Amino acid sequence: MPANPFNHFTDYGIGIGLRVPHYDHILSEKPTVDWFEIISENFMCDGGRPLKILDQILEQYRVVQHGVSMYFGSPGKPDREHLRKLKRLVRRTKTPWLSDHLCWGSVDGRYTHDLLPMPYTFAAARVTAQKIREVRDFLEVPVCVENVSSYAEFHVSEMTEWEFLNEVVERADCGILLDVNNIYVSSRNHSFNPFDYVNDVPAQRVAQIHIAGHSKFRKYILDTHDHPVIDPVWKLYERAIQRVGRTATLLEWDDRIPSFNEVHGEALKANQFLQRLENETLKA
Amino acid sequence: MKRSKPERQTRRALHQLQRLMARAVMRPLTRRGRMQVKWIDGRPAEIVVSQFIKQNDRLTSFERLEIYNRQYWFRLRDCFYDDYPGLRAVLGDKPFEQLADEYLEKNPSQSYTLRNLGSRLVKFLAVNPRLTAPHSELALDLARLEWAHIEAFDNAAERQLKVGDLSGLDAAKIRLRLQPHLTLLKLEHVVADFLIGIKKQAGLRNEASNAMEQNRHHSRVRAVRGLKRRVNFLAVHRYQDGVYYKPLEPGQFVLLSALQKGATLEAACAKLARLKLAGDPGATVRQWFANWAALGWFCGLKPSK
Repeated sequence: MPANPFNHFTDYGIGIGLRVPHYDHILSEKPTVDWFEIISENFMCDGGRPLKILDQILEQYRVVQHGVSMYFGSPGKPDREHLRKLKRLVRRTKTPWLSDHLCWGSVDGRYTHDLLPMPYTFAAARVTAQKIREVRDFLEVPVCVENVSSYAEFHVSEMTEWEFLNEVVERADCGILLDVNNIYVSSRNHSFNPFDYVNDVPAQRVAQIHIAGHSKFRKYILDTHDHPVIDPVWKLYERAIQRVGRTATLLEWDDRIPSFNEVHGEALKANQFLQRLENETLKA
Repeated sequence: MKRSKPERQTRRALHQLQRLMARAVMRPLTRRGRMQVKWIDGRPAEIVVSQFIKQNDRLTSFERLEIYNRQYWFRLRDCFYDDYPGLRAVLGDKPFEQLADEYLEKNPSQSYTLRNLGSRLVKFLAVNPRLTAPHSELALDLARLEWAHIEAFDNAAERQLKVGDLSGLDAAKIRLRLQPHLTLLKLEHVVADFLIGIKKQAGLRNEASNAMEQNRHHSRVRAVRGLKRRVNFLAVHRYQDGVYYKPLEPGQFVLLSALQKGATLEAACAKLARLKLAGDPGATVRQWFANWAALGWFCGLKPSK
């Protein structure tokens, strides 16, 4: 019996993002992987090779859907065609939960295809939570929102990012996909203590954790998903699992993608932290 | 649940802020790839941006917003590079980038998926030949073929028509439906083999989660000249998950185009009368239909008018 409706996917273990350069290796070698996360938009088509590959993956592996274009914080109703296609994919993958970002990216029917930061206001929390509820009710699957990396802050904000996250998920009664790399990137770009963020997240709502690498520039950090995970991000991960317990964990690697084994090996580093947590729990 | 404080920002103010920021993010970059220093109304952008974006101890408000402005263009240009390698090869790097920027500025994405980014490119090129001069017709041919390729790649493949579906029907009066992934093209240049060569390295579209684009280096291309000018016909379609460019004879193109537009079988075949098919026209047409049926191009019947 799960302790709560969101954080009970403990047996999911450690997954990686399903990416095109690894298709051949995965389908021919059938490596042991706990689960794959797919970008929903890459498979929300009506036919062709993407769906054929997906079906082959589904025969062997557990798949969880992650979206990049629902834009919960954008004004207006969710796009109906988008929702219909997403629901069709949800039925195909039988994803146990579905995630997208706590951000906005479209306005007046025009799409930026970016994950733009929210102004952290109560009005924005209300609008966002309402949309999350609408999407969840249509899709009939638990929805989790992911904190994004950001590079700008608004004067109009009335609270911190983590307070905003709390406000939204409480209003929407949804789960959280906690991206500890994004917390780190934003903490450096906006000069806050990333542990304050991790310590304030409602642990019972965290269904999944993302880890990833990023790129450092002179004056800011960009979330590029093209490097291994750095130690400070692992420390945040360790703190996160101390708070939320064993949680489905996923490594994202989206650019300059190395071999499957290298990506999977990087993801499996999370095991040492999970093992340590288990040992501590046993001792206690 | 936490007790909410009184709301200072209204829903309407939120919408206005998002509209303002989207406008800034989607504004064209300067020639040097930076954010424009003047706002739309001529005021210094720094002043306008500082009214809604905070500065920090390392970056001004302008510089923080510029990160998003540049990312927007890097991401969309990248998508254009992926979707139109043939057009780029014909135009060369600089003209291609100029074309992409102007098209994207006038046709911002209206879809949740980048897959549809080029959906209005053919129409745009048709009314803006200056952007592709002196190769405007060739560019138009390539844009049509490359969009047809995108459509063939992941459009639906519906259930194929079976012989039994036709039993009891008057064959002359039926209106055959063609697969959604099939596009018929009449081209002015022989571009199919050229594009096949270029696309050999192309992969699947892949959107990434939350990852910011860096200004990717694309290997430079030397503009291609002298592709043979000759009217030719193609069926761009998908077969066993591969995209193919099948050359068509003029009669095949006429017949299939008529069917695609909703003509009855009888009316479509009547259009062949003007073409004077060699040999036994009946046998020839039957063979065509047999081939098309084997490729699964017919997927049902349109309702009778």
